Amino acid sequence: MPLFHARVQVSLRPSVLDPAGEATRAAAARLGVTGVQRLRIGKCIELSLDAPDRPAAQAQLELLSDRLLANPVIEDWTLDLTEAD
Amino acid sequence: MTIGIVVFPGSNCDRDVRWALEGCLGQPTRFLWHEERDLAGLDAVVIPGGFSYGDYLRCGAIARFAPVLEAVSAFAERGGPVLGICNGFQVLTEMGLLPGALTRNRSLHFLCEATPLSVAPGQCHWLRHYGAGERISLPIAHGEGRYQAEPDQLKRLEDGGQIVLRYVANPNGSLGDVAGLCNQRGNVLGLMPHPERACDPATGGINGRRLLELATG
Repeated sequence: MPLFHARVQVSLRPSVLDPAGEATRAAAARLGVTGVQRLRIGKCIELSLDAPDRPAAQAQLELLSDRLLANPVIEDWTLDLTEAD
Repeated sequence: MTIGIVVFPGSNCDRDVRWALEGCLGQPTRFLWHEERDLAGLDAVVIPGGFSYGDYLRCGAIARFAPVLEAVSAFAERGGPVLGICNGFQVLTEMGLLPGALTRNRSLHFLCEATPLSVAPGQCHWLRHYGAGERISLPIAHGEGRYQAEPDQLKRLEDGGQIVLRYVANPNGSLGDVAGLCNQRGNVLGLMPHPERACDPATGGINGRRLLELATG
């Protein structure tokens, strides 16, 4: 069965406050990098999975992202999928 | 009359809830390990505070798939009274028994203090012994208690009288000052404050007693 590599990027929805991101932005200014206008902290999940074909891998990863890796109430996600050589 | 208390790896208020129910109110309890599926003979279920599975990913995200919660979900659907306190509230939102989500406090600080609350019992089973508009003080202890929901969802909760506990002086940035939410049917309550820490006169107020008394109907 083919192996697929995936990267799921989870980010807070734009309407959700990110106090940790704000604190990091303040630290960036203390480091001397004063031009940071926006800083939002998300998560990146890397995984490899076996699936019969690409559409099947895509479907399983969508289920995983929607139901476990991200909470759609507060987070958006994007998926980057590649088949292993 | 027996009340189930869910125990996850990481729960740390399970014994406080047992003390409040048994020691202070004389109600028998049974611990429900996270792999338990049998809720036979229970009159209510409490999901206590603390942590669950390290709260990896998000608070309550892994717990949601625990076998015991499948049983709790079915119990709630049959109208059984379910109470989620602090991490238990986070778990109820991840399970979808209550809408919205609980996110990092606006201040980023872990808050451990007594906080004034306004009660709007509505149809909520657990708050029947409180008056509408009554002000009480209960302890809070959380780092992730800022309630978040989309504006239309929040409006539906407001209109439906489901925001049954509100902060009087919002400590964490919760939208709508939400401290506690009830489902439409009235049997499921999630709240960030800890009523079980306000049942024993030896350790402070007893404002939580009237809530936990209703575990037995």
